[in-house]
Amino acid sequence: MTDSSLNPTAGGPAAPRSARLAAAGALLRRLFRHRSFQIGFAFFALIVLMALLADLIAPYDPNKNNYRALLMPPSAQHWFGTDVFGRDILSRVIHGTRISLGIGLAVVLATGIMGIVLGLLAGYVRWLDNGLMRVMDGLMAFPGVLLAIALAAALGPSLMNAVIALTITFTPRTARIMRASVLVIRELPYVEAAVAVGAGHMRIVLRYILANALSPLIVQLTFVFAVSILAEAILSFLGVGPPPPAPSLGNIISDGRTYLQEAGWIAFFPGLVIALAVLGLNLMGDGLRDVLDPRMRARRS
Amino acid sequence: MTVLRFLIRRMVSAVPVLFVVSLVTFALIAIVPGDVTAELAGAEATAEQRAVLRDQLGLNQPLYQQALRWYGNLLQGDLGHSYLLNMSVTDAVLERLPVTLSLAGLALVLAVVLGVLLGVLAAIRHDSWVDQGTMSVALIGLSVPDFWLGLIMISVFSVGLAWFPTGGYVPFSEDALGWARSMALPALALAFTQMGVIARMTRSSMLEVMGQDYIRTARAKGMRRHTVVFKHALRNALVPVITVIGVMTGVLLGGAVVIESVFSLPGVGRLIIGAIQRRDFPIIQGGLLITASLFVFVNILVDLAYGWFDPRVRNDR
Repeated sequence: MTDSSLNPTAGGPAAPRSARLAAAGALLRRLFRHRSFQIGFAFFALIVLMALLADLIAPYDPNKNNYRALLMPPSAQHWFGTDVFGRDILSRVIHGTRISLGIGLAVVLATGIMGIVLGLLAGYVRWLDNGLMRVMDGLMAFPGVLLAIALAAALGPSLMNAVIALTITFTPRTARIMRASVLVIRELPYVEAAVAVGAGHMRIVLRYILANALSPLIVQLTFVFAVSILAEAILSFLGVGPPPPAPSLGNIISDGRTYLQEAGWIAFFPGLVIALAVLGLNLMGDGLRDVLDPRMRARRS
Repeated sequence: MTVLRFLIRRMVSAVPVLFVVSLVTFALIAIVPGDVTAELAGAEATAEQRAVLRDQLGLNQPLYQQALRWYGNLLQGDLGHSYLLNMSVTDAVLERLPVTLSLAGLALVLAVVLGVLLGVLAAIRHDSWVDQGTMSVALIGLSVPDFWLGLIMISVFSVGLAWFPTGGYVPFSEDALGWARSMALPALALAFTQMGVIARMTRSSMLEVMGQDYIRTARAKGMRRHTVVFKHALRNALVPVITVIGVMTGVLLGGAVVIESVFSLPGVGRLIIGAIQRRDFPIIQGGLLITASLFVFVNILVDLAYGWFDPRVRNDR
């Protein structure tokens, strides 16, 4: 986030380091003055803290059975109640945020890298464009998370496979957004100028095109993070995510499904935490979009 | 004639998409680690029995031969035979498609009606508590996992209040009221997320249109606010909303897969999830291929509708 596409002349790639740092500082200040971003950041930071400090703040071992406290409703000892093995739901949810955020982060990184590489290739290398984009179109033709479900099912239930399946599912749209920015930026005068002074392809692509195409990408990846958390829950719920007894938020909901009548709290709390994390990310994404690129405000990933 | 030409061009452009879809679907079985027949033949099957099964299923052939056979059959409309259901994949999927389509269709109608309503409300009461309230609802809709919402609805409305059945399906032809009762909660759970998307889109597109000159002219002419909002602004504001309906159909079809298993509705989704648990790959492949093709087809229809709603884009293509 060293510069924004808002003002390519002021914070542009050729600007001195100090000017770029000042531009980044101004951007951050604007971001934290944005109402939705503030609220979203607060929600998301809460969940991130839960994940980071899981070992310290979880009152019980998330996988320890306690046969003297089976299916206990929420109480002073067990704020979120216990499940059929007497495991403490609060502790499981706290540790679950670790898995969900971990998967989300891994998917965001992998999708970001794949999206950047494929988007740059399609946008910059003309003869690759058509082929690459048709493949992306084909992958996007699978409705919703159905492709991720099928891929995870074929690869087998594991943390790694969930990340792979979700990355394949979310890369096409990200690559498409990247390509769209590249197609615009490559025609701008300063890229022409760089070509004219004899800059190599690598330098043009990384320094002039990529650096200025980051804003829409960052916005998109915030939403990918949100959707990944939702999708992980779906995969786990359907039994093709990280296998139990891992307390992923989706797994806890799945456990709670059988006891919906007698112990609704098992499924209730993990879903609430998912909603809070996703809400936070969505609000942050809205804020980022407004601040980084006002033209995109009307568009929705 | 332009419509026809557009339609043909759009169909041709769908061919590579469908090719990639079929390739990915075929590759699904190739990426399965280990022996597919291990679970299929049962735990007590001997190595010979498994070998016979592999042979029957054609899994001993080299991959390219399997691919050729798959495409040969596909072109004849043959999606293979279910390992376990003892029926053709096409029959199994088509038999369950109406449930999925009616669920997704009902959810789409709910999402569009509620979403547009909320969006218009927020736009005409711009920057008031109504605006903030409706947009908060929309944002919560976007953030809540739909299958979880379904579970919560079951425990509140079905288990707690006993207003609705906890699951199961009543065919429309047998009992229309029973059908509505069995579909109400799943469709609502599915629609809630997409309602948020539509409400936000409608609001921002309404605000944009309301700021334009012809709206001011209409108001200046002395037209009633009501007429201007609904006759002039809304019609134009809905154009971008139409485009998201295409994408949304996909999300709803995919979401239906999960919602069906929450509410035990016998649709394609539950068929696929059941097939995943029993490693019945032809069903998974067939279900995936048919829903994806359906989605491609819907998008073509949406593009057509878009041209009808907004004559400007008609000339561009």
